[in-house]
Amino acid sequence: MSEQNPIRSSIRAGEIVARNVSKSYGAVHFSKEVVKDCSFTIERAKLTVMIGPSGCGKSTLIRLLAGFEQPTSGTLELNGQRIEGPGRDRLVLFQETALFPWMTTWDNILYGPRARGELTKETIELAEFLLQKVGLRDFRRKYPTQLSGGMQRRAELARAMINNPEVMILDEPFRGLDAMTKELMWEYYSALYEENRRTNFFVTTDIDEAIFLADRLLIMSNIPTQVRAVLEVDVPRPRKLADLVENDRSNEIKMEALAILHEEAMKSFSRGSKAAADFVDAYSKRVAKG
Amino acid sequence: MALARKAYIGTSLWRGVISIAVFLVLWEIGSLSKIWIKWDTFEWLRNLLTGMGLKPAYLPWIGAVPAPTEVLQAWAKVIGDPGYWQSWYMSFFRVMAGFIAAMLVGIPFGLMLAVSRTAYGIGFPVFEVLRPIPPLAWVPASIIFWPTQEMSIAFVTFLGAFYTIVINVVGGARSIDVRYFQAARSMGSSQSDIFWRIILPGTLPSIMVGSAVGMGITWEVVVAAEMISGGGSQIGGTSGGGLGFFIWNSYVGGSYEQIVVGMISIGIAGFISSELLRTLGKRVTPWLRLR
Repeated sequence: MSEQNPIRSSIRAGEIVARNVSKSYGAVHFSKEVVKDCSFTIERAKLTVMIGPSGCGKSTLIRLLAGFEQPTSGTLELNGQRIEGPGRDRLVLFQETALFPWMTTWDNILYGPRARGELTKETIELAEFLLQKVGLRDFRRKYPTQLSGGMQRRAELARAMINNPEVMILDEPFRGLDAMTKELMWEYYSALYEENRRTNFFVTTDIDEAIFLADRLLIMSNIPTQVRAVLEVDVPRPRKLADLVENDRSNEIKMEALAILHEEAMKSFSRGSKAAADFVDAYSKRVAKG
Repeated sequence: MALARKAYIGTSLWRGVISIAVFLVLWEIGSLSKIWIKWDTFEWLRNLLTGMGLKPAYLPWIGAVPAPTEVLQAWAKVIGDPGYWQSWYMSFFRVMAGFIAAMLVGIPFGLMLAVSRTAYGIGFPVFEVLRPIPPLAWVPASIIFWPTQEMSIAFVTFLGAFYTIVINVVGGARSIDVRYFQAARSMGSSQSDIFWRIILPGTLPSIMVGSAVGMGITWEVVVAAEMISGGGSQIGGTSGGGLGFFIWNSYVGGSYEQIVVGMISIGIAGFISSELLRTLGKRVTPWLRLR
């Protein structure tokens, strides 16, 4: 690419270490444990994907990482510093769009710099660069409601990246998009990641999304959340969507991950979870076919 | 698309015109029925009703209402009268004064209740006790309290809009999605930045809704207050009393056509105020009309 990338030079990639993190809600005797004794590392400059059954407490874990809530026990550290509250070093992209509806795309992207009084010439150039990167140049004056679902997610990626966070945390960001848009977003997102290699933590329930994006895959257990397995997704980058079907290594990892998820679902199935019943059903059909 | 839209606007405009025309014609017919229908032919009905213990004079009849043509004639007479326009001016002035005061006090007050838990704890109970008191119940007390009649009318008008605006501001500010606050905080926003760039614009739609409702109440209140108080007699005698007093005065003077003129004038005045407010609303919340 001939155009100079103004982001890469300034990237500081952080590393998050979670040690024995637990979180429960409610009063002492009635408390419900959502996250239990979780230990994992979000490695520097890698794309870590966390996958687990829906409703397993992943979103709680994200609120802890973002600093909106504190763990009941255990510690979360960013670059060896304890996480005590929200900060611009960790940016969260939520499940549904959190673009401010009263601001245009351009104002949304510049929200962070304005908030911190860092609206310099360089920042504006960077905003321009990012706007072009996410393909929203012609939509800068549009309000979020005038953008499609995919555009909104891209605008939000740009809004997050301009703040140059050490860790990007994405909570099922492409959920609710249609299949085609979703695949397009995977390509956009992984291209952005490959270009800049910052630390990314991506949470999803979609196995294809997980395999396509991940460097490392954390598979979570059912509620209370624990890390069940860690898989290295050693499929070379840049990846193509076709890899998901054609690449043997991709498929191998996918089957391995599915087997673990199935085991988890069986456990909650025996405890009477309906969502798990669906998964077990789907899984046994898939195995019978292939 | 644009064509379909234009056609649609055309259709809805015609529907409006026709419905108003039909209404006027029915009204005219109903009113003229007093000429067409001879009371004598209904002697049997009158006897029947009297036999049942009902006095026919107590039954409502549209024939007692002046016809639209008569109203139009009466209107043509007053339209050149500066006193009539003075009434418009007085009512508009009072509505605007009360309404703008309600916005100036109500919006900050509502935002304060929404933002600060302490302010909410102290302010809201008092507010909730005072809110159910209808503005008109304040009329005697405010006449006693405020030195001039004009001030007491303005105060009562103010109350009409104030409660609605505050309630809407508090509700609007509290229903802002928590994700916006989280997003703003994680991008390094300060408390004041969150207030000016998240809470205030996030509440604007509710402010506009509260204002629209408040504007309607303001017109109701001002007319009633003018009727009750005799319309601020220090200012220009009977003609300075506003549209409410214009109606009351017409009633007392036995000019029934003018009552209807006054009523329709208030309808038009209310419509103009709402339209002004809608235009303002579109201007300050441009993101809402783009869905």
